[in-house]
Parts: sequence; C-alpha cells; structure tokens
Amino acid sequence: MALLKRLARHELPPISFTLNGTVCTGRVGDTVLTAILTQADQLRLSDFSGSPRAGFCQMGACQDCWVMTSDGERIRACSTALEPGMNLRTFAEQRS
Amino acid sequence: MSNAVRPLIVGAGPAGIRAAQALVEAGLKPIVVDEAASGGGQIYRQRLAPDKRTPRDLYGSEASKATALHETFARIRDKIEYFPQTLVWNVRGTSADVAIDGRTRRLDFSHLILATGATDRIVPFHGWTIPGVFTLGGAQIALKSQGCAIGEQVVFLGSGPLLYLVAWQYVKAGARVAAVLDTAPFSAKLNLLRGLPSQPGVVLRGMRYVAELMARGIPVHFGVEPDRIEGEARVEGIVWRERGKERRLACDAVGYGFALRSETQLADLAGCRFVFDERDRAWRPERDMAGRTSVSGVYIAGDGAGIAGADAAELAGERASLALLEDAGYAVNRERVAVLERGLAGIQRFRDILEIAFPFPDKWAASVADDVLLCRCEEISVGQARAAMREQEVRELNRLKALTRVGMGRCQGRICACAAAEILADVHGQPLEAAGRLRAQPPIKPIPLGIAADGEAA
Amino acid sequence: MSRTLHKDVAIIGGGLVGSSAALALRRMGFSVVLLDKGYCGAQASGVNYGGVRRQGRPPEQIALSQRAHAIWPRLKEVIGIDGEFVRSGHLKIARTEAEMASLEAYAARVADLGLGLELVGHNQLRERFPWIAGNIVGASLCQGDGHANPRLVSAAFALAARRAGADVLEHTPVSHVEKVPEGFHLSTGPGIEIKAQFVINSAGAWADSFAEAFGEPVPLSRIYPSMIVTEPVSVFMSANIGAEGGGIYARQVDRGNCIVGGMRGEPNTDLDFSRPTGSGAVTIMNRAAALFPALRNSYAIRFWSGTEGEMADRNPVIGFSRTTPNLIHAFGFSGAGFQIAPGVGEVLAELVRDGASRTPIEAFAIDRFSRKDQGSPAGSTPEPQERDISK
Ligand SMILES: Cc1cc2nc3c(=O)[nH]c(=O)nc-3n(C[C@H](O)[C@H](O)[C@H](O)COP(=O)(O)OP(=O)(O)OC[C@H]3O[C@@H](n4cnc5c(N)ncnc54)[C@H](O)[C@@H]3O)c2cc1C
Ligand SMILES: Cc1cc2nc3c(=O)[nH]c(=O)nc-3n(C[C@H](O)[C@H](O)[C@H](O)COP(=O)(O)OP(=O)(O)OC[C@H]3O[C@@H](n4cnc5c(N)ncnc54)[C@H](O)[C@@H]3O)c2cc1C
Ligand code: FES
Repeated sequence: MALLKRLARHELPPISFTLNGTVCTGRVGDTVLTAILTQADQLRLSDFSGSPRAGFCQMGACQDCWVMTSDGERIRACSTALEPGMNLRTFAEQRS
Repeated sequence: MSNAVRPLIVGAGPAGIRAAQALVEAGLKPIVVDEAASGGGQIYRQRLAPDKRTPRDLYGSEASKATALHETFARIRDKIEYFPQTLVWNVRGTSADVAIDGRTRRLDFSHLILATGATDRIVPFHGWTIPGVFTLGGAQIALKSQGCAIGEQVVFLGSGPLLYLVAWQYVKAGARVAAVLDTAPFSAKLNLLRGLPSQPGVVLRGMRYVAELMARGIPVHFGVEPDRIEGEARVEGIVWRERGKERRLACDAVGYGFALRSETQLADLAGCRFVFDERDRAWRPERDMAGRTSVSGVYIAGDGAGIAGADAAELAGERASLALLEDAGYAVNRERVAVLERGLAGIQRFRDILEIAFPFPDKWAASVADDVLLCRCEEISVGQARAAMREQEVRELNRLKALTRVGMGRCQGRICACAAAEILADVHGQPLEAAGRLRAQPPIKPIPLGIAADGEAA
Repeated sequence: MSRTLHKDVAIIGGGLVGSSAALALRRMGFSVVLLDKGYCGAQASGVNYGGVRRQGRPPEQIALSQRAHAIWPRLKEVIGIDGEFVRSGHLKIARTEAEMASLEAYAARVADLGLGLELVGHNQLRERFPWIAGNIVGASLCQGDGHANPRLVSAAFALAARRAGADVLEHTPVSHVEKVPEGFHLSTGPGIEIKAQFVINSAGAWADSFAEAFGEPVPLSRIYPSMIVTEPVSVFMSANIGAEGGGIYARQVDRGNCIVGGMRGEPNTDLDFSRPTGSGAVTIMNRAAALFPALRNSYAIRFWSGTEGEMADRNPVIGFSRTTPNLIHAFGFSGAGFQIAPGVGEVLAELVRDGASRTPIEAFAIDRFSRKDQGSPAGSTPEPQERDISK
C-alpha cells in the first residue's frame, strides 16, 4: 500500500528499481523516499522498538528515513535521488 | 587584497544566494556549499528534474521572487565556487570539514557566512511516529519538489503561517484536505490586523488562504488541543479536544508543526556566543543588525539567525556580505545598508505580531502524557525524561541528554530538543532559557565511517 | 548570600574519584561536602570511553585495580544501577610480531597478580573473534575485564553520595583553599564558605593548581582523547577491544552503537571543553571500518572528547600531601582512571579514617617527582609505554 499519492509529474520518464526483491517503477526526479512511499507504507523499522517509520521531515533533518541497499549500504531516502537499478530494502537487519 | 579574502557561505537559500551575489558584485569569489542538489533553500527549493508545473504552480504568490532568486544564482554560478550536495559537518577556526560524494575535505576560509536556515519546530503527541505523519515542511516538500500529497485524506495541524499556506497549496494541487486544526484560538488571529499597515500583502494573502479553505468546505478548527494520532502501520485518524469536548476524525495522513527552529550547530562549532530569543523560544547566535556574530569574521543571516522569513533572509544575506566587505576593508554603499536595515527592522516588527497570531501551544508541556515518545531516534518517552528531571534534578538539556539519551540519536536533537526544553521548564517551573541548549557536536549530520579523506581543497 | 558549612571532609571535584570517596566516607559516618564547578560526573568521568579494564596497567596499579574490579559487578547494590557494566572481556590485539612479544612480556610480568590473561594466537583469534579483520598476529584476552556507561555511573555515584547524606554542591567552583589552625577554609564561587578537617583534591585535570597552592607543583598536562560513536548496528562485538601500541580501541553497547577511540582532540576556546579534530575523528572512523567489516557501511553520528589530567610518568597521584597535614590528593589518572576510581574512593576514605590504606599506594606519592635522585618507582617501568590510552 502506498503512503504518498502522486498529483503531478506523471509525465516524467519511469525509472525501474527493486524494492524488497520486487521490481517497481518510480519517476525521474523522485527521491528514494518518494519512490518507495508511492509503493509501500514504510521505509524502515525503528532501532529499538522495531516500529514502522516512513520519514518525517523530508529535508534531511530528522534522519528517520535511512533505508538499506541489498548490499548493506545506507541511504538517506529523502535526500537521495532515485537511480535506475537501485536495489532497496525497507526492513532493518535484526539487531542483537 | 581579494586573494586573502576567501569567504565561505554555508547554505544556498535566499540568504546564502543574496550574500553570494553581493560578494560577487564586489569582485570576490566566494565558496558556496549546500547540502541540496540545487540552489533555492527551503522555500524556493527546486525540483530534482523539471516537470510540467510552472513557477506559479510551485511557488504561488512568491513565484516571481523564486524565479528572480534562481536566476541570480544561475547568473553568478561561474563567479563562485559552488559545492552542491555537500554537507558542512564541522567548523573549527578558519576551516570547515565538508562531505562530498563519499569523501571528506577541508575548506579553508577567511570569512564565514552561515545561512543555514531552519527546520520545523515540533512537539510530540501520541502517534507522531506513525507512517503518514510528516512535518508541515515535509508535507510541503512532498508536494513542491515531488508532486505528491502525503495521503488521500490529509489533516494539517499546528500553529504558524505555514499551516494555512500548506493546506491551501494542497487544495490547489488537487489533494483532499480533511481538516485544518489550529492549536491557537481564533481570537489570536485578529492580531494580524495590526500587521495590515506594514505588511498588507502578507496579511491579506494569509486571510485569503483561510477564507478559500473555508469556502471549499474544509473544516477549520481553532483552539484545538491535539490528543493522539491513531493507527499502527499507518495513520487512521486523529483525536483532539476542542472546548472541552473530544473529537475524532478519520484521515490517512497528518502534516503538523509549530513554526520553525533555527539550524545553529555550525555557529556553535564556530564558537559564536548565543542569546536567548524570547520570540523564538530558543537560544540563537548573538548578532548585530548586520549579522556579525561574537566571533570576528563569522556572520550569520536568514532563518538560521532567528526566524524571520524568506524576505528577511534575502535582505539579511546581502547585509551580512556588506558587513563582511566593510570589515575586510572594502567601501560599501551606505544608502544600500540603510535600506536593508530598514527593511529588516520592519519585518522584525511584523514578526512580533505573527508570533501573537500563531502562538506556540504553551500548555503542551504540562499536558503531554508520560508514555508519549519524546526522542524518536533513541525512543525515549516523556515519562523517562520527566523521571530524570525529578529524581536526578536535571535542569538542563545537556545533562538530560547525558542521563537519558534524549537528543543523542542520529538527528542530534533537531527534532526533540525544543520539546525537551519546554518539558524542563514545566517540570521545574523555570524559565525556558534555563534549559540551555544542546552543545553541537560534529559531525552535525551522520557521515559514513569509511569516508575517504582528501587533502585540502583548492 | 553567604553561608558557612562545617564538615569533616571537603572534596574538591565531583568526578568518579571524588564521588566514590564521598560515598565511602558517608558509609563510614563522616560528614562530607562534595563540590563541583559544574555537574558531578560531567567531565572526564562522564565522557570517557567506558573501558573497565585491568589489562595493560603497570604492575604497581594492579592491586588498586583489583580492588575496584571487585566493586564493578556490585554497582547495583552500591549505587542503585548496574551502570550497564558488562564483563565482556578485554581483548588486546597485536598487529606485529614485536607487539605480540610485548603482550607476552606483559603477561609474564603480571602473571602472579591474578588477571588471568590468556594469549590467543592468530588462528584461534580467527575462530573466536571472526569479526575482526586484518592481519592480526595475536592477542591477549583478559576475560574478567569489560566496559560500562560512564554517563550513568559517574552521576549515579554522586547521587548515591547525596542520598547517603553528603552535601553535594554542584555549580560551586572552589576558588580558594587555605590551611587554618582548625583545618581548612574553602571559598567558593557562589559565596559558600566551608570549614573542614580534611580536604581531598580530586579536581581531575584542574587539580594541579590546588597542589601547587600548597607548594606541590606537579608535572600534569591536559590530554583530550577523541571518541566517535556509530549509529546502532547489529551486535557483533563480543569483547572490549584494545591494541598494543595504541591507535584504536572499541566497544559495542547493548543498544548496538559502537564507541571507538584512538586519537587526541583539542581544547575549545572555553578550555574546560574540548572536541576532536575533524581529521583525527575521520582517522578513527576509517580505522574502525577497516578493523571491523561489520561497520564498513555504517555511519558515525557523533564525536566527542574530554579533558583528562596526565602525569609525566602516566601514574596517578594518590595519597597525603607532603606539605600539609590532612590534605589528600587523588588526580592525574592519565587516561585510565575510570576503572580504578571506585577503588580509589575507598582508599581515600581509609586514608581519612585510618591515616593509611590497606591497598598499596606508595608508587603514587606526590613527592615522587621531586625525589628524582632516588628514581621514581613508577617512572622506571620497563614496559613499553603505550602512546594512546588503550582500553
Ligand atoms: C520546509 C520549509 C518550508 C517553508 N515554506 C515556506 C513557504 O512556503 N513560505 C514562506 O514564506 N516561508 C517558508 N518557509 C520559511 C522559509 O523557508 C525561510 O524563511 C527561508 O527559506 C529562509 O531562508 P534561508 O536562506 O535563511 O534558509 P533556507 O532557505 O532554509 O536555506 C538554508 C540552506 O542551507 C543549507 N544547509 C544548512 N545546513 C547546511 C550544512 N551544514 N551544510 C550544507 N548546507 C546546509 C540547506 O540545505 C538549505 O538549502 C519554509 C521553511 C521550511 C523549513
Ligand atoms: C575521552 C576520555 C576517555 C577515557 N577513557 C577511559 C577508559 O576507557 N577507561 C578508564 O579507565 N579511564 C578512561 N579515561 C580516564 C578517566 O575518565 C579519568 O581518569 C577519570 O574519570 C578521572 O576521574 P576524576 O574524578 O579524577 O576526574 P573528573 O571526572 O575530570 O573530575 C574532576 C572534577 O573536578 C571538578 N573541578 C575542577 N576544578 C574544580 C574547582 N575549582 N572546584 C570544584 N570542582 C572542580 C571538575 O568539574 C570535574 O567534575 C578517559 C578519559 C577521557 C577524557
Ligand atoms: S525524512 Fe527526515 S531526514 Fe529524511
């Protein structure tokens, strides 16, 4: 289920990326946050209670939108542009 | 002379761009660093890729200002040294550490202009971390930069000019706004009339937003005391009290905020002295009319120097550069200085009125429940913080952080520190300023452990 | 507003040393005032790395260190919280044959002192600590050592002292101390005057000025060890890590954050505060990313540093003044006072009560620096000195 609803920019070319193993489509000019949250309703699980999070400020302040790539890299979703072929995960690795 | 003068401007918003322009016009080549991919700052933020929307669609009444600012920046582009998508993560003495594309490098400067802007001021409620809850600024960015609404049934909540502006922008863009919940009473808004003589455009525009929202049948509630946002995996509704009665509304997204807070970490690291600003309810760098801080060679302009809005930011950016030029021995145009200072003083007076019209919810700290999360990074509750305040006699933010971790997470207190200070003031019946402010610690935003270290930049 | 307090003991400095002394003295029934210019436990004791280790200390410190070692697992009972103390073991790695030889020599020298060191060879290390990368020759493991949370422990000692009846005066800098016939007279910034029989000088990196005021100048310099902390990551680090020869030390807390140290910072304009240099912090980060593959993609979220007093011979000063009766010094822990401080507190209380301690502290006498002709017992240790404080 999507959290964000696209109202504009429908005309921009699609970009394909992978989200939790499934191939998805975003748009040129999307942030990673937009690309994910127009398909899904969370970005990560919080560090300590494991509750779902989907960012908050969208301007690089709250740091609540970090997602992982399949090879373990971290991306701050609201301030990173979507690139073709990105392979993203919205569940955190289990700690401890 | 100009060889030795190598100013660094942090931030390419209205303040930073006007500051850069003034320096370029004096024949200098400033370095401009901004975390964003392109110039404009928060209000005049640009899209990552152009789309069909016009500046008018994006910036409304401020379209011509936005365009002018973007054009200015494009014009001076090759007369400055510009580092987009670059984070200044530390300042010490006359050098800054910047992270750029997985590398860190040191930028040396002779003068520093901090134009770092602001972010939303937030207080927590039950459910504020549920997916679908964003700050007002976040909701606006989703729309402006990404062409998205944060949901299909959006509630906007809070206090501040941005509340009505964003709601109105959403409606204009075709989104469904379920309600606007203003935490201030309607009577507070009447104070805006006092601003009519000095800032008629702003006041009338604000009134128009409210009128148009109401005309479209969007419920606008005043004197709202938010209770909780409901839902788990995502937002399902919001509950508030209004004149003693509990009310509930179904919705799938909430955008909220209570005006803005200045980004001041770099000023702190640069060693600037801070003063308490009653109007902003926050400590901010001490500065004179021109933006000189207590540290010689360090200037501050725009919302990072205390909240004054975009128009003031443009004036203050230019004013700071003129001060820098003057201090560096250049002749400056006195008349221009006077014009800028008059403009700034006028806006300051208007800001006082705005603050009364859009007051902070000062009953929040006493009423917020113990089980509400205070620090969303470290997941520390209001109750845990209150317990430390009472049992360990914590009266100050840094001590609170040391003993409870509030403000210790990835965001370094950007989101929770204002609220924590309000709670400290409430628990101890002490003035807000007694809570102090969190000392800034580099890196002011997270940087990768494996970041490659470059030598000094050119 | 001026008032005068009469106490058996006045303690200057509410770090872990002063606070634990205050608590121990109260338990013996002495009246105590504990004075700090800021918050108790907000300087070195509250911001240190949190290494609770005996391994690597010079032999003359081991008895004191063992005394403290017995206190750490009992913190809950002593101060009401466990202070996140964990007995993770302290693993000191060697990156060269020479470093390994030095670890072996150390193990031999302290063999009878009860540390239970275990030397671990390259292959075994790979097997037991697979999360450490790089060409590690071997290591020395001290199973009983561990780490704890200094932010919590140090403040809790001061709080426990207060609950036990000590007068704890924070934001009360001592500006002047004077010997008077009845004992001591202390003046403080806020105008509170104190009369006391005994004074304990536990003012950390600021203690040298008090010693000097009583005619005992000491070779104390200030150091600013730098720390970085990562965002929370899956727990992988099963021991507190140090390195022979210095350069890096690291531990991971239960919540997942890794704390890594290894370089020195610089003081701020306000000399009471310090912070890491940008390049120093990046060096630590890079070293951590190289040594611990699990951290390769993680982010550093905060740096800090603290102000610590270091003595020329890297041993603390603990014991009675040689010039002034009933004045007791305890400072200059040289980057390693966190672990031993709870033991030092007990020793200081014994000095007040008995005039002597059951734990040997001769090596830490303040006059060792003026007795050059005799050769200082502490300064002559043949052990290779670590350049960085290694945890
Ligand atoms: C989300 C948001 C929406 C807003 N919307 C409106 C609006 O619609 N109408 C209105 O009148 N006002 C609005 N405001 C207020 C308005 O944005 C400000 O008054 C105005 O932008 C201030 O300009 P500035 O130049 O001071 O800062 P900003 O425009 O905020 O620019 C600061 C710049 O500094 C950069 N920066 C900060 N720290 C660093 C660092 N460490 N390293 C590198 N770069 C850094 C940021 O990336 C940013 O681009 C909004 C504010 C926010 C936060
Ligand atoms: C960054 C860092 C990392 C470290 N890591 C470790 C480690 O891992 N393991 C370990 O064992 N040790 C470590 N240490 C060393 C350890 O922290 C110290 O040796 C120990 O805390 C010293 O305790 P203290 O009480 O003497 O000093 P402090 O905690 O500094 O206390 C001295 C107190 O005196 C007060 N004071 C000063 N002047 C006055 C005055 N005029 N009037 C009133 N009060 C005054 C100060 O405010 C301060 O609170 C580290 C130190 C630092 C700085
Ligand atoms: S949503 Fe706040 S940092 Fe990305």
